[in-house]
Amino acid sequence: MSIDLQTVKKIASLSRISVSDAEAQAMVPELNNILGWVEQLGEVDVTGVQPMTAVIPNHQRLREDAVTDGDVRDKVLANAPQAEHGFFAVPKVIE
Amino acid sequence: MTQTAYRIQGATGEWEVVIGLEVHAQVTSKAKLFSGAATAFGAEPNTQVSLVDAAMPGMLPVPNRECIRQAVRTGMAINAQINKWSRFDRKNYFYADLPQGYQISQLYHPIVGEGEIEINLDEKNPDAQTKVIGVERIHVEQDAGKLMHDQHPTRSYVDLNRSGVALMEIVSRPDMRSPAEAGAYLSKLRTILRYVGSCDGNMDQGSMRADVNVSVRKPGGELGTRTETKNVNSVRFVMQAIEYEASRQVDVLEAGGKIVQETRLFDPDKGETRSMRSKEDAHDYRYFPDPDLLPLELDDAFLEECRQSLPELPDAKRKRYEKDLGLSAYNAAVLTAEADTARWFEALLAEGARVQKKSEGEVAKASANWLLSELYGALNRLGRTLEDSPVTPEDGAELLALVADGTISGTIAKQVFEIMLESGGKPAQIVEEKGLRQTSDTGAIEAAVAKVLAGNADKVEQYRGGKEALFGFFVGQTMKAMQGKANPQVVNELLKKALA
Amino acid sequence: MPNSTDKNALTDLTVAEIRDGFRGGAFSAREVAEAFNANVAAAKALNAFIVETPEKALEAADAADRAKAAGEALKPLAGVPIGMKDLFCTEGVQTTAASHMLEGFTPTYESTVSKKLWDAGAGMLGKLNLDQFAMGSSNETSYFGNVISPWKRKGGDNAALAPGGSSGGSSAAIAARLCPAATGTDTGGSIRQPAAFTGISGIKPTYGRCSRWGIVAFASSLDQAGPMARTVRDNAILLESMAGFDPKDSTSLDLEVPRWEAGLSSDLRGRKVGIPKEYRPDGLNAEIAALWDRGIEWLKDAGAEVVEVSLPHTQYALPTYYIIAPAEASSNLARYDGVRYGQRDLPDGAGLQDMYAATRAAGFGPEVKRRIMIGTYVLSAGFYDAYYTQAQKVRALIARDFELAFEKCDLLLTPTAPSASFALGEKQADPLAMYLNDVFTVPASLAGLPAMAVPGGLDAQGLPLGLQIIGRALDEQSVLNAGLAIEERAGFAARPEKWW
Repeated sequence: MSIDLQTVKKIASLSRISVSDAEAQAMVPELNNILGWVEQLGEVDVTGVQPMTAVIPNHQRLREDAVTDGDVRDKVLANAPQAEHGFFAVPKVIE
Repeated sequence: MTQTAYRIQGATGEWEVVIGLEVHAQVTSKAKLFSGAATAFGAEPNTQVSLVDAAMPGMLPVPNRECIRQAVRTGMAINAQINKWSRFDRKNYFYADLPQGYQISQLYHPIVGEGEIEINLDEKNPDAQTKVIGVERIHVEQDAGKLMHDQHPTRSYVDLNRSGVALMEIVSRPDMRSPAEAGAYLSKLRTILRYVGSCDGNMDQGSMRADVNVSVRKPGGELGTRTETKNVNSVRFVMQAIEYEASRQVDVLEAGGKIVQETRLFDPDKGETRSMRSKEDAHDYRYFPDPDLLPLELDDAFLEECRQSLPELPDAKRKRYEKDLGLSAYNAAVLTAEADTARWFEALLAEGARVQKKSEGEVAKASANWLLSELYGALNRLGRTLEDSPVTPEDGAELLALVADGTISGTIAKQVFEIMLESGGKPAQIVEEKGLRQTSDTGAIEAAVAKVLAGNADKVEQYRGGKEALFGFFVGQTMKAMQGKANPQVVNELLKKALA
Repeated sequence: MPNSTDKNALTDLTVAEIRDGFRGGAFSAREVAEAFNANVAAAKALNAFIVETPEKALEAADAADRAKAAGEALKPLAGVPIGMKDLFCTEGVQTTAASHMLEGFTPTYESTVSKKLWDAGAGMLGKLNLDQFAMGSSNETSYFGNVISPWKRKGGDNAALAPGGSSGGSSAAIAARLCPAATGTDTGGSIRQPAAFTGISGIKPTYGRCSRWGIVAFASSLDQAGPMARTVRDNAILLESMAGFDPKDSTSLDLEVPRWEAGLSSDLRGRKVGIPKEYRPDGLNAEIAALWDRGIEWLKDAGAEVVEVSLPHTQYALPTYYIIAPAEASSNLARYDGVRYGQRDLPDGAGLQDMYAATRAAGFGPEVKRRIMIGTYVLSAGFYDAYYTQAQKVRALIARDFELAFEKCDLLLTPTAPSASFALGEKQADPLAMYLNDVFTVPASLAGLPAMAVPGGLDAQGLPLGLQIIGRALDEQSVLNAGLAIEERAGFAARPEKWW
């Protein structure tokens, strides 16, 4: 599988990273190089192998249902580029 | 199915509508799915947000046991397969109400698999017309935050209070064929959730909302392309959205157009659906297992506790009311439609049986009738519900017992009930204080009968001449003379004797 | 013990020596902190720190001195100042992950690992530079400029050398005596490779030993914090304070923290050390191969039996890593969107999605963008199974290789990196060549195993080379003990000549 300029632009768009045409162009061989190299994994026989789900055997713990957090609006908003009236502000979204 | 199939009459003939619902139900829990922040409705913006909910760098999720438990109990309530091994996946997309840039959800291994819900299409006689709707799956996921668009001319405001609240997504099979079926499904699902206690079902607060998938086809033909109308938040709106969307699709197709698979929005003011511009992007959610979480493995003890804690479910309860309590299908349906009503009724029943020393079956009909007519009538008038009823089940049972043992008549009972509503007093006490006890004193009644007959000699003549319908008149007059407190049976007997 | 006025001598001390000297009254904690603060301030040319916090170091030192004067029980790291990799969120101190994206971000919370260190009495000298978002092997991807290794090649070549990455600020600072120890994080070799490049030691513990809470995430299933220092003993001391169960991290291991320092022993009699043949490919650097052979002799000398083992899927480890790590990173880094913290780039008239794209284009460096894009691609519709699922299956095979090998031995000995440090700029043009640096470190990361780098000697250019010891899951003690055996026999005493 080799990717073209259009694919690079699509990936950039999915990643929400704006790229110029020149940047996208430069990424085509770069990404192809890397993806071509990782594709060697396809040759590994994985018949009957389950994908790894936990790195070290461990079980998912569950929390008790108790309110132990929140009510820290100042902390939540402290680093916001734009916060107004207790909200984060973003450019107007039209739904 | 005895109902005639729902069809849309188009220029080219009849069309059938195919409907599936994805219902998002907020799981009843104190804290969020992956953080310890509160879930209460209506808090000040961003005050129920932890650093985890705001997706600060390095924050990690830890699941809330209660949310998992409620999803499992819900699955059990619809006879669904419970998956002892499930896991959380990330659904990746960018939006201002989604701080992590992904929603933690379950795509590949949901916690609940195939189940089913029987819907009832005739409210008055639920078993007369039923249909089984398949449920494909229930999975647990995070809710998003909220965007406010009307507070600033050029900005939208983000409130993350809802961000991370646990939702169950309950996905039906596309088994519904009419707006009525979809409405019945949503109502039934809501009833079950409220019985189980896994969701409060408050649609106006957004605790339950439906994504409505609609397509149309020629009856029996191939499935058409569907649209998805998002976040519809009442049974009525779901039905309206389907009606509108189905006929819109028929119009498009008959005009030679094509249905675009898209996300739409329902406008309740206009009763219309419209395309959502902001979600036009073709999505590629790049689901993959959330590496911050381990697979969720449920042990037998956990499942057993879930099963043990399930209440009697609405259908079972309704059928029991009909069969064991001898209630009418209609009364049984009304009493079981809401978990709260059934709970109130059963308290009334238990207390009634206790004070009257009878079986529940023996007091059931009178209890049901009184609750559905007297109490409901009063509550309606007062603009109240059972929850804040001024009369308790114990009071109701006491009142009914006074009628049953002949202490007061039904008529007097209505008077007593009015006093109870106003003053909050106890029925027996009211009867004593106001001297409303029914009398069987034959001497007093005989005197009243004699007086009534003497004062209405003409009517006595007519009665004896064969106009037997006048008997009721004499009863009424006698009761009036006795101020309603005479035992009606004694009155009847004495009148008959006197008129013979 | 040096006398208390010899500041240079103080900064030459190990963590254990500082701890013990302070306790024994040879010098005050403040003297130590001042000495290191002075070295930090004088080493701007290395660019090892993004933020210097001399006041924090002094504050902790003064607290230690006060506690000592008051005769209180001293905390395990009382009197010891350390450097903190700028991937750990530190409350009130800018945390950037060496990115423009997080420039100016001041956490309102403290990462679990850094909090444990402060609670143990350690003081913070500053936040150490690193590869941006821990993505890199040479510390050339930092937005705040390259870290320069304190080492120089012998013979007049004045080229600036790479301190390794991503924990390059940590490795450079320790080698240059700017701090006696530092934290690192290791996703595919980010502790071990920089340790090897600068002639120090570092251990990546078993995945789940150290909490990830509050560490800016790169790849969740691989990220693991660990210490870096000049001696094996110092690593054991630091790790004891860093490790431990954290209920806020679902992948944290709920286990007691062993007393690693007390358990140190270089007596390896009865231990079997495996030499994986796949780590000796054709064309392996001859000096590295020779060092490896010396390492084998040292371990034999310590009493270990050496056996050859096979890890057949080794060659697939790097490609596996370069699917899984970018996939997780693409999702983990989605939260950097300019809404709640960090950089925001809002072109005139831009909508929300334009803001995201502009913010992320400006806020991320080229390597970060490259990995996000690779990760996005391998997870995208149609490619997920071929790349991601396949990679997780191969990862399972790699983990199984280790399990089988550990049936035949207790430890594995390998080189840490395929070469000594290289000149900055030398490998930047070819991302793939850079990735190959992690060929020996990535397999243990994929399997979550504890692995340590210890210096073994210098190459012909006078640059340090390291050996790697890999152990069974949770067996950090054996890894540390073998490290100690090598340390004692290698007698590595070389240090970079001060030029900065």
